[in-house]
Amino acid sequence: MKAIEIKGLEKTFTSNFLLKKYKVLKDINISIEKGEIYGFLGPNGAGKTTTIKCMLGLISFDSGESLIYGKDSKSIEGREKIGFLPEHPYFYDYLTAKELLIFSGMLFSIPIKKVMNKAKYLLELVGLEGKEDLKLKKFSKGMIQRLGFAQTLINDPEIIILDEPFSGLDPIGRKELRDLIISLKKSGKTIFFSSHILQDMEMIVDTVGIILEGKTIKQGKLSDLISHSVQYHEVVFRGVDESLLKSNNIGFELKDNNYITKSKDFEKVNHIIEFIIMNHGKIISVTPFKMTLEDIFLEEINR
Amino acid sequence: MKIRAIALNTFKEATRNKIYYLLIFFGIFFVLSSKLVTLLTIGDHVKVLKDLGLASINFFSVLIAIFTGIDLVYKEIERKTIYNILSKPISRSCFIIGKFFGLALTLFVALISMVVMFFLFMLLFSGELDVRILVYFILLYFELLIITSISLLFSSISTPILSSVFTISLYLIGHVIWTFNEFKDKIVNPIIKIISYILYYTLPNLEKFNIKNSIVMNIDIDIGMILSSICYAIFYIAALLILTILIFNKREFQ
Ligand SMILES: Nc1ncnc2c1ncn2[C@@H]1O[C@H](COP(=O)(O)OP(=O)(O)OP(=O)(O)O)[C@@H](O)[C@H]1O
Ligand SMILES: [Mg+2]
Repeated sequence: MKAIEIKGLEKTFTSNFLLKKYKVLKDINISIEKGEIYGFLGPNGAGKTTTIKCMLGLISFDSGESLIYGKDSKSIEGREKIGFLPEHPYFYDYLTAKELLIFSGMLFSIPIKKVMNKAKYLLELVGLEGKEDLKLKKFSKGMIQRLGFAQTLINDPEIIILDEPFSGLDPIGRKELRDLIISLKKSGKTIFFSSHILQDMEMIVDTVGIILEGKTIKQGKLSDLISHSVQYHEVVFRGVDESLLKSNNIGFELKDNNYITKSKDFEKVNHIIEFIIMNHGKIISVTPFKMTLEDIFLEEINR
Repeated sequence: MKIRAIALNTFKEATRNKIYYLLIFFGIFFVLSSKLVTLLTIGDHVKVLKDLGLASINFFSVLIAIFTGIDLVYKEIERKTIYNILSKPISRSCFIIGKFFGLALTLFVALISMVVMFFLFMLLFSGELDVRILVYFILLYFELLIITSISLLFSSISTPILSSVFTISLYLIGHVIWTFNEFKDKIVNPIIKIISYILYYTLPNLEKFNIKNSIVMNIDIDIGMILSSICYAIFYIAALLILTILIFNKREFQ
């Protein structure tokens, strides 16, 4: 059974004024296996946050289905299994870090003793040890984000939903979060997260789903999407006559006294290298360029 | 347990809110300033004092009831802390009921602090304690619960300013509506008559909770009437909470 399954989700917002209708989600389809890390991609305003809010029942939707292990994800039973980090989390600033975690735990009916221990453990996990009794008023943005992440784990959720978890984190924080997400995956959790930071996403996801204007336009294993792994080679060289290159139909750019030529065809790359050596030129470097998630993303969006 | 968590958190928020302290402070201030009044006036000082004490406690506790209710729920939605609650396995009705009990506790503590100070003050001043005043405060507390339920209802559907205006208007209407009792029977036009009957019986009749005159004038208190007022409050609050939950269940958090 799928851990998360969203089928044909549609959502229309009606403005209070003039009752104008905006169809924000048109056809969202997501399917996530247990134990996967799923990256949810889409440009600003594509409907990622809206999709997540529909899953959690914060807003209603017109039609479609949102299931967690085959059951309605909006139900109280469904939410029992979820840990959720909202986009730009904001917590009660009059509470301390420990109080917030205890409050969150109580909403899952976790016994108070257990929640206290768990809170201590989680604060250490996200690098907030020593800040237990600090009021959230005094937390920085990144600290709030860390605390928010700790808070999503209070109920030991099977499914972890994170809306832009990397925003507001410094490079160290991002690395730590990536490691945390991977270790959660290792312990059998399913992680569903949206992000704009494609490098982070590329490093950890198993599957990506790309949405555009409220529709899923692509979904697949990351390894399949970037399977033709090397996109092109770049050869940097010098010491060959320009006219010779031109007469042999070798395109090039000039940069810092070096010639740069690019080719997708590996045969042709070999041919160029031979040509350079035969003409007493000097190879500076040959670099393979792999396709990145960013390339796939931009390609899909511009299609 | 979940309702308790919400209620305690609401209480915590209210008591860590500066407005709450300010209002308590002013309540105390009024009690004390009544001492000044007794120095400046002649006649029955104890009576003047009682009068003033009751009025100031009434005024400030009503303010707390109106504004903490509106402030807390609105803030929860506006600052999106509510996402954090409603994404957890808790129903929206639990949330509203938890909020209500949290506010009830907040009001209880605020009222008790003012009442204790008032009694101490009266004891020191006149050397006697009129326990009947306690009945006045019990009824006041039920009135406060109605007011805070009204503010809960409005603040879960509209902005703080509108909610304040609506709640204050209903509070004021609630205290004069009994005067329309005879008036409504004299209406000839059947449609207007029906409407005024509906309004008369659905708008809160808050004068039921005001026994200040009997207290200050030393008139006997009718126990039956008091019990019926309390029952009225309980039913009225239940109806308001149900209505709030029905509306809140439909609400989208964007
Ligand atoms: N309450 C609302 N009424 C009308 N339109 C809305 C409402 N909320 C969101 N939208 C619209 O829905 C679309 C999707 O918004 P959403 O917040 O889901 O985007 P997103 O993919 O999360 O974007 P971002 O990457 O910027 O977080 C946007 O065009 C937005 O304007
Ligand atoms: Mg978003």
